[in-house]
Amino acid sequence: MSPMIFISMRIALRALKVNRMRSALTMLGIIIGVGAVIAMVGVGAGATARIQQQIQSIGSNLIIVLPGSISSNGVRLGSGAVASLTQDDAKAIATECPSVALAAPTVRGGVQVVYGNNNWATTVQGVTPDYMTIRDYTMLSGQFFTTQDVDAAAKVAVLGETVAMNLFAGSDPTNQVVIIKNVPFTVAGVLTPKGQSPTGQDQDDVILLPISTATQKVLGANKANAKAVGSLMVQAMSPQAMDQAIQEMEALLRERHRILPGLEDDFTIRNLTEVFAAQESSAQVMSILLGAIASVSLIVGGIGIMNIMLVSVTERTREIGLRLSVGAMRQDILSQFLVEAVTLSLLGGIIGIVVGLTASLLISHFAQWSTVVSPLSVLMSFLFSALVGVFFGYYPARKAAFLNPIEALRYE
Amino acid sequence: MAAIIEIKDLVKDFQLGEVPVHVLKGISFEIDHGDFVSIMGPSGSGKSTLMNILGCLDTPTSGSYKLDGISVGELSSDELAKIRNRKIGFVFQQFNLLARTSATENVELPLLYSRTPAAERRERALKALAAVGLAGREEYQPSQLSGGQQQRVAIARSLVNDPAIILADEPTGALDSRIGIEIMAIFQRLNRDKGITLIMVTHDSDIAKYSNRNLLFKDGRLQGDERQQPRDAHKDLEELPPEVAAA
Repeated sequence: MSPMIFISMRIALRALKVNRMRSALTMLGIIIGVGAVIAMVGVGAGATARIQQQIQSIGSNLIIVLPGSISSNGVRLGSGAVASLTQDDAKAIATECPSVALAAPTVRGGVQVVYGNNNWATTVQGVTPDYMTIRDYTMLSGQFFTTQDVDAAAKVAVLGETVAMNLFAGSDPTNQVVIIKNVPFTVAGVLTPKGQSPTGQDQDDVILLPISTATQKVLGANKANAKAVGSLMVQAMSPQAMDQAIQEMEALLRERHRILPGLEDDFTIRNLTEVFAAQESSAQVMSILLGAIASVSLIVGGIGIMNIMLVSVTERTREIGLRLSVGAMRQDILSQFLVEAVTLSLLGGIIGIVVGLTASLLISHFAQWSTVVSPLSVLMSFLFSALVGVFFGYYPARKAAFLNPIEALRYE
Repeated sequence: MAAIIEIKDLVKDFQLGEVPVHVLKGISFEIDHGDFVSIMGPSGSGKSTLMNILGCLDTPTSGSYKLDGISVGELSSDELAKIRNRKIGFVFQQFNLLARTSATENVELPLLYSRTPAAERRERALKALAAVGLAGREEYQPSQLSGGQQQRVAIARSLVNDPAIILADEPTGALDSRIGIEIMAIFQRLNRDKGITLIMVTHDSDIAKYSNRNLLFKDGRLQGDERQQPRDAHKDLEELPPEVAAA
């Protein structure tokens, strides 16, 4: 059987060579199809990968609790208008909600930070060491501050990489002293950069201080409630425990804040992972959609092959009749035309892969979109193009193989 | 001499719409090994249908056909293909060569389907081409050959698998009379020197004179069966005035 395949291939290649232009145009359909699939799936996978990376950068199983809105005399103020959350709330959540792993209170504010001749406007966040775990921070150099530092309102700071770069321009800031609002802080360490957040913010343009120090010495305590915080960062025990954790927190906070049944919460709980997972799934949908549209062009290419193969069978009816009369069996004719169709589609597939790879390189270069071409998508489109050849080549080949030799020989 | 073809009560009907058309109405004859038979008859006499059955391209409605001892009637289409490949050589009026394909490769075609190894294919194709006087033109393509030369390539192709019979359907129909006689000369030589059995359909009675036996068909029946002393095609060629553009 195998030598017959080689013979079929030789006959097929010759037939394709005879009609060079026609073969090339037929292949073009497959080339565009495979190229489009690879490039489009690459674009989609690139977008998904970027979102996934960003989601990972904000930390896992993350829930954020914000102070709520309040309405007084019919005027509704926005979220965070009241200082309804406190550091005690954070402690209570951490200890009393079984589905919560960690809870960290945070306060934030804008400051100007000075080191030597350099200064830089950035955001200060007052946090506890749990915040580092919740946000999955690691240290580029030095160490994070400790619970003792928080208790003692120690004047230590942890810098984000953007801040470190702008103030220290490459030299190690650890144990150096920076001035924030006229208060000297010793730099405890620098955070490993996280890059952009899913919303596009630079997550490294930040200074982390013990929350006690931040409220007392830098940002100033809230006048109504000295222990008020800007938000709570909460980490659930597991992805499955997210909903449970939200329910527990809601019940606990309503109880602690003495909110009567039927009244609105004075806080807002947001499942951050869910928000960004929606983005991720929309990117995946886009990637599937792009792939599907591109596959349509591959199928159109396949129809082109079928069309040309039918023309070819008709044109070569006498040749088929002759081959049958000198002893070709039906399967010989079938394999000859099938090999011809598959050769067209495979050759088109290979060129299409090259075109697709080039296209995704060009897209990521000129459009600044990250594209990810996985070997799997290359392999799949190669196999798919072979499949297209077999699928769309089979009908014409069968038609050829089952021609009546007498009528085929007489065909004008 | 042993019969290579035995036909007994051969009937072939075609269904044309509602009406069955009786094309062959019970034909019986035998053809001996090494014979050169011409089949004549007006169009519609059933001679083409008979040739198709003899060539195992078609099967009879009833009656028996034995080729070289094999009963062909009950074979599947693939088995018929095998018989065509091993036992029968075809020569057509329109040559039916593959375009853009060298003479050698055209001749090799039947061997391709008998899975003959490439080296042997080529060797046998070259030998067959030499046998029809085309040595030196092995790599020519059909478009570079004259009609007579193309028909000689086709004859080489019919020879190459050492068939039991060669079936020629109007082999001179597309050629002028001188080239026709040349083809007859080749047939006579193959018949005489190699003992190949030849069956040729023609409606040119001058061409039929080169065969040993003449079967005449009319209305689906065998009307005449005459043995004859064949004309010598080589002698006729020598007596013809030499042509400028001889094949």
